Amino acid sequence: MAQPKTLGDSLRERGVSRRGFLKFCAATTSMMALPPTMVPTVAAALAKARRPSVIWLSFQECTGCTESLTRSFSPTVEDLIFDVISLDYHHTLQAASGEAAEKARSEAIRTNYGNYLVVVDGSLPGPDANPGFSTSAGVPNLQILNETVAGAKAVVCVGTCAAFGGLPAAAPNPTGAIPVHEVVKDKPLINISGCPPVPMVITGVLAQFLTFGKPPDLDQYNRPLAFFGQSIHDRCYRRPFYDKGLFAESFDDEGARKGWCLYRLGCKGPMTYNACATMKWNGGTSWPVEAGHGCLGCAEPSFWDAGSFYKALSVPTVPVGRTLAAAGAAGAAIGAAAAALARHRQRLASTEREPVRVEELEQKQ
Amino acid sequence: MSDPMGFLLWTRGPMFVAAVSVFALGMALRLLEIFVLGRAPNYAEPRAGEWGPGLRTVLTRSLADSGTFRHAPFNVLVGWIWHIGFLIALLLFIPHIELIKSVLGLHWPGLRNPAVDAATVITVVALIAVLVHRLGHPVMQRISTLDDYLAWTVTFLPLVTGYIAYHRLVNPYPLALGMHILTAEIFLIVLPFTKLTHIFTAFIARWYNGAIFGRKGVES
Repeated sequence: MAQPKTLGDSLRERGVSRRGFLKFCAATTSMMALPPTMVPTVAAALAKARRPSVIWLSFQECTGCTESLTRSFSPTVEDLIFDVISLDYHHTLQAASGEAAEKARSEAIRTNYGNYLVVVDGSLPGPDANPGFSTSAGVPNLQILNETVAGAKAVVCVGTCAAFGGLPAAAPNPTGAIPVHEVVKDKPLINISGCPPVPMVITGVLAQFLTFGKPPDLDQYNRPLAFFGQSIHDRCYRRPFYDKGLFAESFDDEGARKGWCLYRLGCKGPMTYNACATMKWNGGTSWPVEAGHGCLGCAEPSFWDAGSFYKALSVPTVPVGRTLAAAGAAGAAIGAAAAALARHRQRLASTEREPVRVEELEQKQ
Repeated sequence: MSDPMGFLLWTRGPMFVAAVSVFALGMALRLLEIFVLGRAPNYAEPRAGEWGPGLRTVLTRSLADSGTFRHAPFNVLVGWIWHIGFLIALLLFIPHIELIKSVLGLHWPGLRNPAVDAATVITVVALIAVLVHRLGHPVMQRISTLDDYLAWTVTFLPLVTGYIAYHRLVNPYPLALGMHILTAEIFLIVLPFTKLTHIFTAFIARWYNGAIFGRKGVES
């Protein structure tokens, strides 16, 4: 079998200039939080990298993650990076269908055993759930995942559903949805959370993998620190308004028009770690907070169950009014009962008292 | 709640409900117990009204007289400083106002964050000074009980964790915010069953003292 082309060869064939390639390497190096001196190393490693086989599994998902990636700014060298990986199986993007599609997956596993990357978007019904809730070609997601991951070099979970369960796992989780990391325990696993994730974060992580042959430094949720190391709040251009205590109170008040902080309108930026504020969306055009809407916290676990999108982060996630009233009423009843008991004792003491005169006491002595 | 976000959601959800329930139950119990217990009927003819002297005493007992100030200037001054600072941090910080608005429907204008931040720092320093004074003063040492140290601890912790969360000194932030909310919830749970109940009873007791004296025609 012929040796697969290097990334450098593929890019040259596609007319990407050396300058364009180096520019991409510089951006990738910066995204990975590496010093500028590493640019030549990254460029050399990427140019020599062989096209890795990638098997993309889509489970309980909305295809938003794939949409985010494919409908991103194009044509750019980032898109070409995706063209030059060997995407051997992807429901949405592959031309083949039916048995031919499934055969492509088996073939990719067999040919590249131990060396291919598995990208997953979507959560999957857990081992205790009805396997029929989500299948491909009649095969349950869990079985496909286990078969495919067995020979993988690493697993990349794209999107919050694959990383944390996302919408399918939101209460009451009718399909018993679980994230991929609850199944895959013995392979390097990278979570690229977000609903959907920032496209350049996906390409950046793959570029990092191609460069160094190993996963990047990860946080406690297995997210690349280079992209998820800082919160939206810390990098938000509206942060100075938060620090000054200047908040928009409705989406159309004077504060909103002046670009003040959206905390009171439910922005979850303080608790959310993602790269939106720095990389932005649609080719760096804008991002939700710049468009005037608070961050939903979509890159964090349980974000669907973390209370209203339009209530401040300090507000409880559940209504407490009735509980508060019931507890107050119960307390009042107990308090009244305790006081009544004390009054009863007082009365008893006054009726049962035995008056005694000093003379009587003296006589007793 | 095995991870920081799970912990934060626990403090914003089930734990919050538990804390406010204990607080509401405990405070209603304590206050009702006091009110319903009543007093022995006073058959003497009142010499003056009750409300005016009662309200005046709420004010006069809140301001230390010159004798008390001369004898214990530290207690009076630092006590005032940290009480005011605590109230500013509690009631005038925008995120706290949002919380109160969501639970009780009441809201008011807040202070800008740097002002609340400054009040928090002053309060924390004052509370540390109060503790050092309590530990170092021979009389205070002798009369201090576990209740005093418990009250100090549960008051101090929400301030410190709030400062840490606001300045994002602990990562990840959900852990810092969750710690702050949890310590505030502990404060709420402990409040009805310790001397912290004075937040609600102090003014009632002062009014009552003033009212009794007023009825007897005595200045208080």
